[in-house]
Amino acid sequence: MSSFDIDNPAPPRRRPWTGIERAFAAVGLSGRALVIAAPAIWLTVFFLVPLAVVFGISLATKQFGKPPYSDLLTTEDGTVQLTLHLSNYVRLFTDSLYVAAYLNSIKIAFISTIFALLIGFPMAYFIARSSDRWRNILLMLVILPFWTSFLLRVYALTGFMRGNGVINQILGVFHIPPLVMMQTDFAVYVGIVYTYLPFMILPLFTNLVKLDGALLEASADLGGRPMRTFFSITLPLSMPGVIAGSMLVFIPAIGEFVIPSLLGGPETLMIGRVLWDEFFTNTNWPRAAAVAIAMLVVVVVPIMLLQKAQDAVQDTARAK
Amino acid sequence: MAKKPQIAADTRPWRDPSAKPFVRISNVTKKFGDVYAVADVSLDIYKGELFCLLGGSGSGKSTLLRMLAGFEEPTSGKIEIDGQDMTGVAPYNRPVNMMFQSYALFPHMNVEQNIAYGLKRDHLPKAEIADRVAELLSLVKLQDYGKRRPDQLSGGQRQRVALARSLAKRPKLLLLDEPLGALDKKLREETQFELVKIQETLGVTFIVVTHDQEEAMSLATRIGVMNYGEIAMIGEPTDIYEFPNSKFVAGFIGSVNMVEGVVTEDEADHVRIRSAELGCDIFVGHGVDCAPNQILWWAIRPEKIALSRERPEGDANVTKGLVEDIGYLGDMSVYQILLDSGKRLRVTQTNTVRGNPDAITWDEPVFCTWHNDAGSVLTV
Repeated sequence: MSSFDIDNPAPPRRRPWTGIERAFAAVGLSGRALVIAAPAIWLTVFFLVPLAVVFGISLATKQFGKPPYSDLLTTEDGTVQLTLHLSNYVRLFTDSLYVAAYLNSIKIAFISTIFALLIGFPMAYFIARSSDRWRNILLMLVILPFWTSFLLRVYALTGFMRGNGVINQILGVFHIPPLVMMQTDFAVYVGIVYTYLPFMILPLFTNLVKLDGALLEASADLGGRPMRTFFSITLPLSMPGVIAGSMLVFIPAIGEFVIPSLLGGPETLMIGRVLWDEFFTNTNWPRAAAVAIAMLVVVVVPIMLLQKAQDAVQDTARAK
Repeated sequence: MAKKPQIAADTRPWRDPSAKPFVRISNVTKKFGDVYAVADVSLDIYKGELFCLLGGSGSGKSTLLRMLAGFEEPTSGKIEIDGQDMTGVAPYNRPVNMMFQSYALFPHMNVEQNIAYGLKRDHLPKAEIADRVAELLSLVKLQDYGKRRPDQLSGGQRQRVALARSLAKRPKLLLLDEPLGALDKKLREETQFELVKIQETLGVTFIVVTHDQEEAMSLATRIGVMNYGEIAMIGEPTDIYEFPNSKFVAGFIGSVNMVEGVVTEDEADHVRIRSAELGCDIFVGHGVDCAPNQILWWAIRPEKIALSRERPEGDANVTKGLVEDIGYLGDMSVYQILLDSGKRLRVTQTNTVRGNPDAITWDEPVFCTWHNDAGSVLTV
């Protein structure tokens, strides 16, 4: 029998971490603050600080020596001088190479995203609609390529597409003249769609698997044929998945470096390669930094605008 | 409550052998793997009926409904709606609409768009769609809610939107899957009557699936009780309650006292059953299809038994017991009477006198008695 004494409640149970908890509490840190602080510190140290460093370098000029860029702050006769060079950014707009590289990167990323969506949506839909047992196996198959190195996978594609590669050998059996696939934009599209497809499928799957089957039945019941049901019900309700998947493909594809350099030809101009060349071939760190910052703006600004538009739609929907 | 006075004997087509059924389900079986969800069901439903399929979970009632809607194809057997064979007809080509248990309202469309969805599929002119939507919104009393989205509505409002949407195409047959299941008790009772009113004004044939027997009793023109994929009984609510055809139906609908007995007298105009459980003979005032010495069951509803302190006349239909427990429900009291055999009888008495000081109370010895025809003799 345990008795219940209101005046003398049992002391709170001591857990192994109670001491640590008290020590932190003494300096005004609660568990909640610590939990929030951990990712915040991580992001500050490994994202915000490096970003600031890169931004700083982009405002310097190239010089020979170590480091290969000028200092922003100089002391001369006891006065501190801050010198910001905007020439790197001006160059990005005046030199047609950079503009063309940005536009081409966006074009390649955009077309790749469309293809990834067209291929990924039916796959995600099929996986979401299959039985529990099959669903796990199919998901596993989607994730499986991640177990090998990204570089290796892209390199393996050359084995398929090169002049005497697998595809051309098969074509040869049917006496079809070999196709030139390597060092073309086509190979870059194949590479990007192939490597980024899982990033399209997974968010689409998580969205489609939640889609209530009764909604599809209700549509059919009200006279909606399968195509109509897809465009009126399935597609609008899976838009969050479509957007998330497209972003996950589009954003890294813009800055992609490995795929265009391994599969693309000399005319495949992408911003990732330009950046590489500036950095390693020309050793122009400030220019490379400016290219990187500009790329960030190109990618982040549309996302922020999209996010804002989505929030606005949700707010008006709620306000009604 | 009075049950639809406008339904006179001549408006009960199921009593007319020459009437043509509107929905004809013939020998329909549905197997999922090795499991029979619906086993050889045959059922005729007539125009303008409000037919309830009543059964516990897994009784096959929802599967039967889904076969009518076209979401499942029967493994064998045939479904005809308005004389048309529905085999192989896709859901979007059937003259049938369904109100889903979860309502299945499209979350990305507002109320008007939800209701208009089916009309748009028929390519009606815009003005006509708008008129029809307005008409339906006023039918379900949601005129001011047309622009809202489903997640901005209460459960009761959503239920009414679902009803309006399913009625929008003026279907010949409306299927309702647990239409009131998600509502609280008070709302459910109100909505029940609204549903019946709408059904009568529009003259649509309703087939309602429910597990709630009270709902079925108050809504239905006829009830089909389902058990393990089979139809246990089809009948009007009074038939189902007062004249159940089996132990299952008697026990499933309402509460019942059931005892086992042996036939001692089997005459054309009466039967006498000796029941050791009950501690007396049961005299049944009509003939029963049974044989002498046959073991059978006799079921009686709690409200059909009378309690008294003095022993009533007669040698049968009277037994003695002790009041073991009383449940006071306000309008009536439920007595639990312990018989000498150890069997307990459930008896309800209407509380007609306010605060009756002379009411039968705990631990009192009482006599239980009933009328000749009050119970049902069951052989299965």
